[in-house]
Amino acid sequence: MGHQQPVVDTSPKVSDEVRKTTCYMCACRCGINVHMKDGQVAYIEGNKDHPVNKGVLCAKGSAGIMQHNAPSRLKAPLKRVGPRGSGEYEEISWDEALDLAVSWLKPIREENPEKLAFFTGRDQSQSFTSFWAQNYGTPNYAAHGGFCSVNMAAAGIYTMGGAFWEFGQPDWDHTKLFMLFGVAEDHDSNPIKAGIGKIKARNARVVSVNPIRTGYNAVASDWVGITPGTDGLFIMALIHELMKAGRIDLNYLARFTNAPCLVNSDPTSPEHGLLLRDDNDKTLVIDRNTGTLTPFDKPGVRPDLAATYDQNGITHRPVFHLMAERYLDPCYAPDAVAERTGVPADRIRAIAAELARVAFDEEIALDREWTDFRGEKHAKMIGRPVSFHAMRGISAHSNGFQTCRALHVLQILLGTVEAPGGFRFKPPYPKPVEAHPKPHCGVTPGAPLDGPHLGFVRGPDDLALKPDGSPARIDKAFTWDNPMSAHGLMHMVISNAHAGDPYKIDTLFMYMANMSWNSSMNTSGVMEMLTDTDENGDYVIPKIIYSDAYSSEMVAYADLILPDTTYLERHDCISLLDRPICEADAAADAIRWPVVEPDRNVRGFQSVLVDLANRMQLPGFTNEDGSAKYQDYADYITNHERKPGIGPLAGWRTDPEGSGVGGTSSEGRGSPNPDQIQNYIDNGGFWSTHIPEDAQYYKPWNTAYQDWAVKLGLFDSPQPYLFQLYVEPMRRFQLAAEGHGTRQPPEHLRQQIIDKLDPLPIWYEDGPSNTQYPIRALTQRPMAMYHSWGSQNAWLRQLHGHNPLYVPTKLMRENNLTDGDWAKVTSPHGQITVPVMEMAALNENTVWTWNAIGKRKGAWALKDTAPEATRGFLLNHLIHELLPPKGDGLRWSNSDPITGQAAWFDLRVRMEKVQAPSESQPAIPPETSPVGTASGDLEWKTGK
Amino acid sequence: MTTLPTGTDRKLGLVIDLDTCVGCHACVISCKGWNTENYGAPLSDQDAYGDPSGTFLNRVHSYEVEPAEGAAQLIHFPKSCLHCDDAPCVTVCPTGASYKRTEDGIVLVNESDCMGCGLCAWACPYGARELDLAAGIMKKCTLCVDRIYNENLPEEDREPACVRTCPAGARHFGDFSDPESDVSRLVAERGGFDLMPEQGTKPVNKYLPPRPKDKLETEAPAALPAVATETTGFLSWLDKTLDRLPGGGAN
Repeated sequence: MGHQQPVVDTSPKVSDEVRKTTCYMCACRCGINVHMKDGQVAYIEGNKDHPVNKGVLCAKGSAGIMQHNAPSRLKAPLKRVGPRGSGEYEEISWDEALDLAVSWLKPIREENPEKLAFFTGRDQSQSFTSFWAQNYGTPNYAAHGGFCSVNMAAAGIYTMGGAFWEFGQPDWDHTKLFMLFGVAEDHDSNPIKAGIGKIKARNARVVSVNPIRTGYNAVASDWVGITPGTDGLFIMALIHELMKAGRIDLNYLARFTNAPCLVNSDPTSPEHGLLLRDDNDKTLVIDRNTGTLTPFDKPGVRPDLAATYDQNGITHRPVFHLMAERYLDPCYAPDAVAERTGVPADRIRAIAAELARVAFDEEIALDREWTDFRGEKHAKMIGRPVSFHAMRGISAHSNGFQTCRALHVLQILLGTVEAPGGFRFKPPYPKPVEAHPKPHCGVTPGAPLDGPHLGFVRGPDDLALKPDGSPARIDKAFTWDNPMSAHGLMHMVISNAHAGDPYKIDTLFMYMANMSWNSSMNTSGVMEMLTDTDENGDYVIPKIIYSDAYSSEMVAYADLILPDTTYLERHDCISLLDRPICEADAAADAIRWPVVEPDRNVRGFQSVLVDLANRMQLPGFTNEDGSAKYQDYADYITNHERKPGIGPLAGWRTDPEGSGVGGTSSEGRGSPNPDQIQNYIDNGGFWSTHIPEDAQYYKPWNTAYQDWAVKLGLFDSPQPYLFQLYVEPMRRFQLAAEGHGTRQPPEHLRQQIIDKLDPLPIWYEDGPSNTQYPIRALTQRPMAMYHSWGSQNAWLRQLHGHNPLYVPTKLMRENNLTDGDWAKVTSPHGQITVPVMEMAALNENTVWTWNAIGKRKGAWALKDTAPEATRGFLLNHLIHELLPPKGDGLRWSNSDPITGQAAWFDLRVRMEKVQAPSESQPAIPPETSPVGTASGDLEWKTGK
Repeated sequence: MTTLPTGTDRKLGLVIDLDTCVGCHACVISCKGWNTENYGAPLSDQDAYGDPSGTFLNRVHSYEVEPAEGAAQLIHFPKSCLHCDDAPCVTVCPTGASYKRTEDGIVLVNESDCMGCGLCAWACPYGARELDLAAGIMKKCTLCVDRIYNENLPEEDREPACVRTCPAGARHFGDFSDPESDVSRLVAERGGFDLMPEQGTKPVNKYLPPRPKDKLETEAPAALPAVATETTGFLSWLDKTLDRLPGGGAN
């Protein structure tokens, strides 16, 4: 037939209304436009005005409609009626649920608040949940940072006042060379993708360092398929090359870092290794103009990187001397590290040369005058257009803290941090350790804790120890085992509570953490610990309260379930007091609000916490007359003041007396505004204010930035500081281990502290190598999934419905494997039997799989035939929270000895081909879910 | 059989940058969300919570490439209808349901005339059409014909959902009949190519090839010359160099 075409309606009505809120399909926290039809969610797209995503949206965000409507959503509060783990529950009313919770929580608060362990997983309201826990009075609170990326965060804070992601970002508009180390692709996902897209559009070089060439690594100009756990050694070889060639930014190091600060170099001194300070506690340098000892911040000082200083017979050497001594050592030469890192020496030399070429020969300069904290004016902002980004890949090893430190030191040696084209902080960062709290653990029955739980230790005095020296916290954070555990150790809570070590608890209260599955090492062991009974037949962990929106694997193990809402049904604030969403050029925060009301008997967890606080009349939630301060979380968001004028949200505060930016403006500082949430809604769900141009770079030292930050309320006074190439607090722990001071480590930890808490970055092997387990095994996060959540999503699970073990060509051949075969994979702790698939773009001695795709039958409302539950699997079964016995009578933790970060990626295995089993092994028996299983087909259309 | 128009006024289509696509599947899901809700029958999913299989108008495939020298590479390859000028899916259609629009060249299925015979999917060398099992009719990329002209959308949003959402900026939409359009320029500058030109379908969509990779050793400057090889020599270099640094105002 001849050509004919019908009339198509090219302008159909799109929606009745667009409601703008914040995504929660991962931790990226993009702005979204939720299109509504007939009161239902019809379509979700990115918000073009939003500072995080600027309109784009990933697969997870676009699939939000399937999460919001997932059959796995919990429907009502539940009380366990069968044995723990059976999944047998009865629905109860909210009043009954809250009364029950209070009947457990109130008595232990009066008696001993440490009997409550409250850990909040992938919580995006940590500023609030920690406030609740602090007012309850338990020392046992943290979120999931300890099993995620605390090494990256803590190394960044201690070294330079911030790390990557929410702390800062590459200067995408100016960088000419971008170097990326192991990244969880659901972390900061859209900004990284957009940034890579931007720099690739102008054909700038992207170098990726990762054993696996997927995702961002797949588009990198150059791929370094490094041996897992050796990134620190590789980075130190780069540092060696750059220092040896003098291709480092001496001017930057002298002015902005503690490289010129003087270190006591007398091994017999009780202050050996500490920095020389004056009576005002200021670190001292030699002024190259005068040759005299001078405080680092004195106007006109020209800090000398070379001169030493003798005082009372003790030689003090600048930090830079110690660095030269360490990193010029031939043990860091490319030839010396090539074999262990798996990176040829010529390649290392080429990368070092390219870093130097771009940083120094392609220097850029912005015509922006600025004044530094010493009062010196600079006509231009000099830029070194090399930038770096890294996350979990280098973080989740037992040498991760020092490796992350090494990466920060590399950036600083090149003078790129906070320089145009380099790495830039986002408000409220940069923020030195001194501006952070120390950890607190002072418990008083019936009263709040003596301060914030989590913080940054400056030395042994800040450890969370009881008077008898035993750990004050159930997770043993801030103890000699792992002194700098800034995010706590959520992964140790269940095993410690089960062991009654350091003490027994009464109630375990958790939120959004799938601890009986993918969020724990030793998954099967954890399931046993949660159900174990004592000689009286009582549960060893007596009571468990759990809050989640969905029927995760963890639900079956709770005694009381407090069902949460979906992210489209709740209030939230993405606060500057919490993990912020700012940009390098702007401060920003945001809200969630109920764009739809729940159709089930569920409540936002934060509002439930407010209710519990009110029922227990917790201080901080209670007025002097005993009445409640806040009715719910929205009320808290609006009216809570952390200190006068500073609340959870910085935008649209009211008080003209506040000194917020703009003088009489209401940004940052100001009194609560009853219409604040509506103001946010009217503005698209977020607030943002730009940093003045002359304050946008060199922030730690830039007077204009410091003054702006004070006005906005980020600080109460300017906080200029030096980058800490040498981290003195670490040296304080070493000194104690060497026998100095009154607070002393236990004998068995002395050597570990001396060896590992080196104040200059070192590299040591991540966990014991073992010839019986010669293969490294890793997981990665797919960009289209967020931990275990994606599998309940009908659209996302079609992208990653099962997870083969990817095996490099060499190992496939050695084991006579072809795609679709099955292999038994064995670690010192356990074994799994899983399907394999060949991958060539992979380190030849590394196997890997996607994280958290494997599911337990019965969970997430999936049918037992779901590929996630039949062919999917977890590597977690191979990883234990403790290392295998070494024969010294002790069990050492499988974590970083500095921060306690879970060392997921230290895993070593061996593999062999086996007959295909009927499904992946171990096959954990199905669990019963309170929501049952979903079935049938979907034909999704809201409007008809 | 169905006839193609003798020509089209414009040639709307996509440029997909294989050098930049990170394989995140944002385009896949955004497409699913828009198109299940809008043009024609919903994009159904069978056994959605068991062993699922659904209709998608756009999928991302990944291929490993092992060059003769150097490391293996992974290429992410998004694929949807290429809106061919000589679209075999149209000419094979027994009912006239498949057609190519004269005004912009978009290939569409008129669902009311589609009987779900599947001939078009068989004729398409790219595997770009999917028969929806619930509706029993053929589904394919519409280039978001209900977005790109939609006066109910802000002008800046009048582009396909996959392009609007792509976080890496690897997807571009425009008119290839205009040599000055952004898409035409990108194709010219970056060597954009036709997919399987030997099939003679004259696809409108173009792909930008991955740039050469792993060339650092050949492109980078020679290894850095040492100023010193041990600490003492280094400190002596340092002292001399510090003397040469400006006393202040270097920045």
